[in-house]
Amino acid sequence: MSFQTDNKLIKWFDDRLPLVSVMHHTFVQHPYPRNLNVAYQFGSILGVMLTLQIVTGIVLAMHYTAHTSMAFDSVEHIMRDVNYGWLLRYMHANGASMFFIAVYLHMFRGLYYGSYKAPREMIWMIGVVILLVMMATGFMGYVLPWGQMSFWGATVITNLFSALPVVGDPIVTWLWGGFAVDNPTLNRFFSLHYLLPFVIFGLVFLHLVALHQKGSTNPLGIEIKGPADYISFHPYFTVKDFFGFAAFGVIFAVFVFWFPNYLGHPDNYIPADPLVTPAHIVPEWYFLPFYAILRSVPDKLMGVLAMFAAIGVLFILPWLDRSRVRSAAFRPQYKWFFWIFALDCIVLGYAGSQPAEGNMLIVSRIATIYYFVHFIFLMPVLGWFERPKPLPTSISEAVLAGKASTSAGENA
Amino acid sequence: MMINRSIKVLAGAVLGIGLMTGGALAAGDAKELKSVDWHHSGPFGTYDRAQVQRGFQVYSEVCAACHSLKYIAYRNLMEIGFSEDQAKAIAAEKDIEDGPDAAGDMFTRAGRLSDKIPSPFPNDNAAKASNGGAFPPDLSLIAKARVGGENYLYSLLSGYEEDSHGHECPAGTYSNPYFAGGCLKMPSPIADDLIEYVDGTPATVDQMSKDVSAFLTWAAEPKMEERKAMGFKVIIFLLIMSGLLYAAKRRIWARLH
Repeated sequence: MSFQTDNKLIKWFDDRLPLVSVMHHTFVQHPYPRNLNVAYQFGSILGVMLTLQIVTGIVLAMHYTAHTSMAFDSVEHIMRDVNYGWLLRYMHANGASMFFIAVYLHMFRGLYYGSYKAPREMIWMIGVVILLVMMATGFMGYVLPWGQMSFWGATVITNLFSALPVVGDPIVTWLWGGFAVDNPTLNRFFSLHYLLPFVIFGLVFLHLVALHQKGSTNPLGIEIKGPADYISFHPYFTVKDFFGFAAFGVIFAVFVFWFPNYLGHPDNYIPADPLVTPAHIVPEWYFLPFYAILRSVPDKLMGVLAMFAAIGVLFILPWLDRSRVRSAAFRPQYKWFFWIFALDCIVLGYAGSQPAEGNMLIVSRIATIYYFVHFIFLMPVLGWFERPKPLPTSISEAVLAGKASTSAGENA
Repeated sequence: MMINRSIKVLAGAVLGIGLMTGGALAAGDAKELKSVDWHHSGPFGTYDRAQVQRGFQVYSEVCAACHSLKYIAYRNLMEIGFSEDQAKAIAAEKDIEDGPDAAGDMFTRAGRLSDKIPSPFPNDNAAKASNGGAFPPDLSLIAKARVGGENYLYSLLSGYEEDSHGHECPAGTYSNPYFAGGCLKMPSPIADDLIEYVDGTPATVDQMSKDVSAFLTWAAEPKMEERKAMGFKVIIFLLIMSGLLYAAKRRIWARLH
């Protein structure tokens, strides 16, 4: 059932520029599997978070000054003198954290239900690119208030590139726009921090085009076989996603209104001082697992490569995983290794928050090795040795059989 | 569903990484902080106006000799319960350099509500030179810039010890177990009855430490009351909204069965 209307104006318009049809197709009639559970809420939540970050960010940029001598003061000006400036800034700063919470849950859902497997490799790979651009955006955003962690975080992370042989030092000088992190660095970070969210927006568009090309996966990991297996986006998923926004909003609001600085670092309320190094330089929490991988390798260059490889390995995941069964629900061994891997990521995150010394260094080394073993060894090998459980013949059959034993609405 | 529960556990765990780091970094070599049941803590907490005003008096008569408070203007004092006339009178006590005038000269005038609280030193180097090389930090954000916040400020101010318990502090530094390293360059700034409170409260070290810590918490987070009040409206709205949407979802999805 395609888009139909009796309105002559809309007909005229849509015939020449099919915006209305496309929107109708995307947000009304597009078929989705009827068995999507709560783990599938985060995609739309991420869309809302991106929009919220862009809107709050644009208004913040109207009051912010990207200069080393004024950036810190201008942020305090926003906090104290701009109408609802405190709200905008706390929403933006905590919004970044919520954005990463949602993106990590979205990715773990993909790992659990095998969403990255053929024929959906492009959706997954574009997603990994979005993660990379998000990380660059988050990192540069944290530099803008020009507090101590801003400055020293920027110094540590940009210095990573100096590990590259021969070209390392020239690259760092080029990134800085000088011989130290200074005003040119702050200026370009502001410029790029403003640009990259729109790049993400474009990538999200491609992510959705690829999604609509092959359709969503579902917790059973089998394809849609007939009309009984799918339901239209509207009203079923519009109402479900709006519920997701409101519920996620409650958690977001608790941080913004009661713990606005909990996920930040106190040192960032001290103006940047190139002569005073903080006792522990730690990145934002969402970088901690990768920071732990970086520091667990004794050699600087190898550490940098390991950190990038930790994300790079996600690109080739669709080909590393040899199992033809998508969903972990039918993969008895993979299900265990999935949860061990999730735990491993949390251990890495904790290790990244601690000074890299003593037992914690050993822990982070073991966790780093396991991270790569999971992808490079376990994923291919499991596919050969695992005996998956029998798959249901269709989504509707499995769902309607399940309805007989469980109460309705359980999968909300 | 088992999977749903698992996802929730995972959500909690991912959030947990962030929460753990907050606590993890608090561990240093300094003594565990004294904890105060502040009037402004908790989800409904508001600033105790009388206490914050006393704290302002401590700042003005003691701290202001060395520490600036550059993000606070005299007009902001009306937010902590001073009347406009009181705030004007407080501002007028200070001489503020202004200008240049039509002839190009700088001149001095009485302070106004729109003036920021003037800093005790003309620049950072002058501040260092007068304090044995140590820079007395600006106090506007100090309550947010230290792990432990107001409890840290209170513990530090009331925690100076004559006896350094065996570890010697170098000349020009003072023993305080709440400071990382145990020795800091600021001598104990307050003593019993150092000032006379306008409201007649006995000016003990403990009282003054608490009062000025409460004042500095307000200085760092002046919109806290507005923030919490708005938060309640937002949370109530979102909870009702979530409930309605959940009911709508159940109803719409019921068509499928």
